[in-house]
Amino acid sequence: MSVDTDVMWLDEHRLVSLTELVEISGLTESELLELVHAGVIPARDPGPRFTFSARVVTIARTACRLRDDLELDARGLGVALRLLERVQDLEAEIARLRAQLPRS
Amino acid sequence: MKYTDYYAALGVERGASADEIRKAYRRLAQKHHPDVSKEPDAEAKFKDIAAAYQTLKDPEKRKAYDALGARPQGEEFRPPPDWAREHAGAGPESGSQFAFDDVDFADLFGRFGAGSRAGRGGGRSYAEMPLNGQDFEVPVSIDIEDAYRGTTLELNLQVTEIDAQGQPRRVPHNVKARIAPGAVDGQRLRLPGKGSKGVNGGRNGDLYLDITLKPHRLYRATDHDLYLDLPLTPSEAALGATVGVPTLAGMVNLKVPAGTSSGQKLRLGGRGLPRARGGAGDLFAVVQVAVPGSLSERVRELYRELGELAESPRRHFTEGA
Repeated sequence: MSVDTDVMWLDEHRLVSLTELVEISGLTESELLELVHAGVIPARDPGPRFTFSARVVTIARTACRLRDDLELDARGLGVALRLLERVQDLEAEIARLRAQLPRS
Repeated sequence: MKYTDYYAALGVERGASADEIRKAYRRLAQKHHPDVSKEPDAEAKFKDIAAAYQTLKDPEKRKAYDALGARPQGEEFRPPPDWAREHAGAGPESGSQFAFDDVDFADLFGRFGAGSRAGRGGGRSYAEMPLNGQDFEVPVSIDIEDAYRGTTLELNLQVTEIDAQGQPRRVPHNVKARIAPGAVDGQRLRLPGKGSKGVNGGRNGDLYLDITLKPHRLYRATDHDLYLDLPLTPSEAALGATVGVPTLAGMVNLKVPAGTSSGQKLRLGGRGLPRARGGAGDLFAVVQVAVPGSLSERVRELYRELGELAESPRRHFTEGA
């Protein structure tokens, strides 16, 4: 079994194109663009050739799952994704504060 | 193979209408969807609900499912002879020789139902249809030391593949992935093409790793920073001291300034987790002034003497009142 060197870090350093994001996420281009215009998926370079930080791959894949599994339309997706992002931000903040508390 | 009661999974009667089935699915999906629910078993629960709905919402798949008869959940059984040919779109050459041992219901209905429709509609048999492989998302828990040094993960997964006869089969899928230093809690990685294999020219699925850091004996990690409790004696805290502190790179000396109180954070710059693109987070030593539970007579005497000289730290309680 060989070691797979091709590991893509889904973080802010790595960029993906619109075409890549469509292929990876399972969303259509128009669905993605709707989420971009709604401000739910932030574009790094909002020119005619969109690029995104690879961090948004996770958001776009979540959007695709919610679309398929909960049969949500673009507006429903926008609201759900915004709320999920807020929950994640709050959870990260709690984790950050907890780390600073003494253990005992 | 084991029988799965799809009607029970959705909580509906066997004679339920398509509308009742859809409503039951929507209600349960909203409650148990793993992106929304915090239940520890949400993933598994949702998988059962989704598999049930995928089959029962499709009239042809539902007919094929109903043809298996009603059985108790989990009962070991084999589909009747010719069931695969009549309902599942298997070619006549495979007929009743289908082995159903290495699959579950989700494999069976998820993959061959699509084939039966395509076979009739497009004139192409299921065995020729390009089919993309599935993506997999796998949670992985690693030690803080491994996040610091980098590590190689060996994942032993199971995926469903379609064999030459068009038959779904569970096969082991082993992946070895090198994780460079710099992963943090919540880090996500994508391994392109490392999901299940595509069939007939379909692209391979991807593998996603969701990394969490295991709780550590000493450190608490948040992003690239680490926090460590630093117990000091009252005299070390009052007078200042140089104390040894464990970092991920080994012990370092930390100068504690005189007049340090409990709760203060002393920063050891760049001693946290490395960043993937260079640099590192910080290590914070959180001071805890530790008072021994039992004191010798001599120590007690010294504290009494100190106490007579000490100023109250609570003057602000009454000042300005």
